[in-house]
Amino acid sequence: MGMTMTQKILAHAAGLPEVKAGQLIMADLDLVLGNDITSPVAIHELEKMKVEGVFDKDKIALVPDHFVPNKDIKSAEHCKCVREFARRNEITNYFEVGQMGIEHALLPEKGLTVPGDVIIGADSHTCTYGALGAFSTGVGSTDMAAGMATGQAWFKVPSAIRFNIIGKPAKHVTGKDLILHIIGKIGVDGALYRSMEFTGEGIRNLTMDDRFTIANMAIEAGGKNGIFPVDDLTREYLKEHATRPYTVYEADPDAEYDEEITIDLSELRPTIAFPHLPENTHTIDEIHAQGDIAIDQVVIGSCTNGRIQDIREAAQILKGRKVAKGVRLIVIPATQSVYLQAMEEGLLRTFIEAGGVVSTPTCGPCLGGYMGVLAQGERCVSTTNRNFVGRMGHVESEIYLASPAVAAASAVTGQISCPEDL
Amino acid sequence: MNAKGTVFKYGDNVDTDVIIPARYLNSSDPAELATHCMEDIDKEFVRKVKKGDIIVANKNFGCGSSREHAPIAIKAAGVSCVIAETFARIFYRNAINIGLPIIECAEAAKEIADGDEVEINFDTGVITDITRGTTYTGQAFPAFMQKIIANEGLVNWINNGRP
Repeated sequence: MGMTMTQKILAHAAGLPEVKAGQLIMADLDLVLGNDITSPVAIHELEKMKVEGVFDKDKIALVPDHFVPNKDIKSAEHCKCVREFARRNEITNYFEVGQMGIEHALLPEKGLTVPGDVIIGADSHTCTYGALGAFSTGVGSTDMAAGMATGQAWFKVPSAIRFNIIGKPAKHVTGKDLILHIIGKIGVDGALYRSMEFTGEGIRNLTMDDRFTIANMAIEAGGKNGIFPVDDLTREYLKEHATRPYTVYEADPDAEYDEEITIDLSELRPTIAFPHLPENTHTIDEIHAQGDIAIDQVVIGSCTNGRIQDIREAAQILKGRKVAKGVRLIVIPATQSVYLQAMEEGLLRTFIEAGGVVSTPTCGPCLGGYMGVLAQGERCVSTTNRNFVGRMGHVESEIYLASPAVAAASAVTGQISCPEDL
Repeated sequence: MNAKGTVFKYGDNVDTDVIIPARYLNSSDPAELATHCMEDIDKEFVRKVKKGDIIVANKNFGCGSSREHAPIAIKAAGVSCVIAETFARIFYRNAINIGLPIIECAEAAKEIADGDEVEINFDTGVITDITRGTTYTGQAFPAFMQKIIANEGLVNWINNGRP
């Protein structure tokens, strides 16, 4: 019986000729990732282990990004803990303020994630690197500690759902609309414990930034990982970014899938997830039919939608326009490099002239940390990934998840809108 | 090994943001995290919970953020076991890795009510609702995970030479 793309990567990493769904394996890791929230717990666990140092100082990435630049004294202590650990163990890929970015935007940009890799990260959105044809998945701090110590992790080999993507999306319909549509269709546990394998001729109409957004939100459907085949677009991206050789894996033609879902990109409309679950999706047309939804804040950024394509798309819509009175627009380029590029292209000027603010890279508002926390009763349109109760602040605040295009258009009108409404 | 306590019952998709809101993630101290456990879904939880009590929920418990602070907060609050129809996969791993017992059992998750007295036998997987006089059999862990649990978590399992 054939294997899925994910199963082939895992079989190789476990040193086995083949693996089957449900099989427990011990796999070698190519990269172990942590941030300023999860690493301190992992470092504490690692210190309890009877091991000397880490398995490979080049295969660990530490990216303080959630509460940096330090939001308060306790966060500063956490960052200090990570910084000192990195120094003590001579971790090659530690990214300090000034070099950092939001981890899942930063690592592919730095070429640290390549096709065929097996990657674990103590952050649920580690699944992002599946966009490059890697197996990558989120874990907790103890798994991260064990990974740093041994260079291995145990996995239960997942079965998969195959998404057959066809067609071409309309203007202003992006990867975010596709993944929200999928989550709306299968639910927040629709892919629980399973792989989401994206295939089909429509893939070529999705940019790398679209693919990062899609793979990033596999976890919001409960998925273990999301993964894309490696094509010309991937190879072009890797030519510019990859720092080491890579292996391309393809699903066997006779691979078995739990189910197959076909999605025609040309039929997608701008899609928005209503509070308080990413599966509560509505198209912009349904929203228009229901009546206006006034908003207080717009956040454009995060590991989901803070890449250059996202920033460009938002700027294009905001160019020559103003943020609606009473609305706060917060734009957060995901990495220093995205920030610099946006500056050079004049995009930051566009946001500031429109009446928005631009922040240094941080996860801050997405998880209600800082830099845009919501008050009671406030509504936010956000390009982030979760709209759970209290996620961005007060338990009675509301988050509407959307693409950068919808977020930018909403900032202009002061209600949930798409570029066609302007 | 047994657990016995009063049930706190919740619904579907209890996410790790409501189990331990990110505004408290500037701490990683279990005792401090426990004082905010379940705060955004049940403000009374911390005041009412007693050592040994049990959380019962429906599908996809622990979805969202990978924060290990979530099972840590639950364990440090004194909870002896979480029973759910299904668990989100990262929470599932984290709970095993830190030694918080969890059991998947759809029938128990559906029928056990808030405030019931429940007893769990971890060796057999049998869940007894003393209040209702009903019993259920939860899904046993695969042998591989039982080894990690028998070693009281992943760290000890590695320290003991991964037996």
